[in-house]
Amino acid sequence: MDRRLFLAGTAAIVVLPLGPAAATPDAMAEAIKKVIGEATPIEGRMKLDVPPLVENGSTVPLTVSVESPMTEADHVKAIHVFNEKNPQPNVFSARLGPRNGKAMVGTRIKLGDSQRIVAIAETSDGKFWSVGADVIVTLAACLEESP
Amino acid sequence: MSNILVNAPKTAKRGDVVEIKALIMHPMETGFRPGPNGRIIPRNIIERFTATWNGAEIFAMDMSPAIAANPFVSFFAQANESGTVVLRWTGDEGFAAEHRVDITVA
Amino acid sequence: MRRRLLVVGLGLVFVATYAAAQVGSQSGADKRRSGYRDMGEALQKMQDDDTANPGMLFVQLGSQLWAKPAGVANKSCADCHGADAASMKGVATRYPAIPAGSDRPLDLEGRINLCRTQHQSADPLPPENLDLLALAAFVAHQSRGLPIAPPADPRLEAFRQQGEEIYRRRQGQLNLSCAICHDDNAGKKLAGIVIPEAHPTGYPIYRLEWQALGSLKRRLRNCMVGIRAEAWPLDAPEYTALELYLMERAKGLKLETPAVRP
Repeated sequence: MDRRLFLAGTAAIVVLPLGPAAATPDAMAEAIKKVIGEATPIEGRMKLDVPPLVENGSTVPLTVSVESPMTEADHVKAIHVFNEKNPQPNVFSARLGPRNGKAMVGTRIKLGDSQRIVAIAETSDGKFWSVGADVIVTLAACLEESP
Repeated sequence: MSNILVNAPKTAKRGDVVEIKALIMHPMETGFRPGPNGRIIPRNIIERFTATWNGAEIFAMDMSPAIAANPFVSFFAQANESGTVVLRWTGDEGFAAEHRVDITVA
Repeated sequence: MRRRLLVVGLGLVFVATYAAAQVGSQSGADKRRSGYRDMGEALQKMQDDDTANPGMLFVQLGSQLWAKPAGVANKSCADCHGADAASMKGVATRYPAIPAGSDRPLDLEGRINLCRTQHQSADPLPPENLDLLALAAFVAHQSRGLPIAPPADPRLEAFRQQGEEIYRRRQGQLNLSCAICHDDNAGKKLAGIVIPEAHPTGYPIYRLEWQALGSLKRRLRNCMVGIRAEAWPLDAPEYTALELYLMERAKGLKLETPAVRP
């Protein structure tokens, strides 16, 4: 390896954790506040299905569901997912309605590190619900150097 | 050429709640990673996924760089009438892709 | 007398055990594990569901390329081999092999490139090229569920031996051989992950680390980087030799292409 590249790499390792581009529990709280305003989310009615220990943080399966009849009168309007330690706290925001029949959304996310994931649901009565889960991300061995 | 895999039933009973699963080939480049030259690779993600049933939006998702490469989305839909489900992905660098599925409701 | 009987008895037990171990690959006593079994449930489910397995995007791309004319000859794979690729069933279980038109072993990607130059009058695709991987995934997918069946071609023997020699040779700054991790310490943990037995059952694989499909050569290269060895370029014949040995070692295990691995 080129010595200058090596030095630059070392510097990056030292500097990165101090850089501005990392979410924190505070940044996550801030992002959640943007969605729910002054409301206090109620813990319950939600399920966050994510493996507690993942072999690789680059593709983590995640399913969020909310107990709801999904009728015109009583349904889930939105599901938001947040994280603590990625460069940005937002993961996704999904909009739902009675036509979904079932309030369940699945996707795959990236997690830069072991951290807490929080999902928030907004129901048609204006209430917010929440659920959290801790995910441990192990580091794979024998990775690839930058090409 | 967009490469998309969608799983949805071809037929459903009226009122059935069916699952729709969609995968699309896309790098979901975060905009936070340095490339081989040390410079940050520009962000290139899908920002938005939507689903309509006979033109009416039934589901939408705003994505962030934290969505994994080759994004997978699954959601549910109540089969009220026969029709066409249109899935749409749009994002950075003018990315736009569409996939249509016909579902017959009896 | 009694003592001699005991010795004979022990000998018999040994012979029986040894024989059982030898036929293990044909019976239920096979202890070899595909890396699939070392993954968590979430990743197993991701691989099992064709509508959720991201590798299937590449198989689909491969099926499109299969039908697309290429090269000066303007012929598609389908023109010779048929649109449904049924003729490809079992092919991936036999590679690397020495096909007609080659004087050295080729892996599946090499075989596809031989078809390109011989029959399509097209340029060979470079290693890890998306189209090449997609075609390889499409072809190998036709063999999913079939046991790995290396050919008995005696010309392969020397290459296989070279592969085994590489497998057992210590290399790199960590001074490790493939065998030290994947034979002696398989099943134990390294950096929180179970060390697999390194059976090439699902290539090309969708490796989550890559967030993309990649070949066995790319995976072997990652191992070499991991032990701080100087990795060969991706077109080096050493990889094919190692692949030959690994396929022999995995003989009888079922192909899973496209496999998902962390």
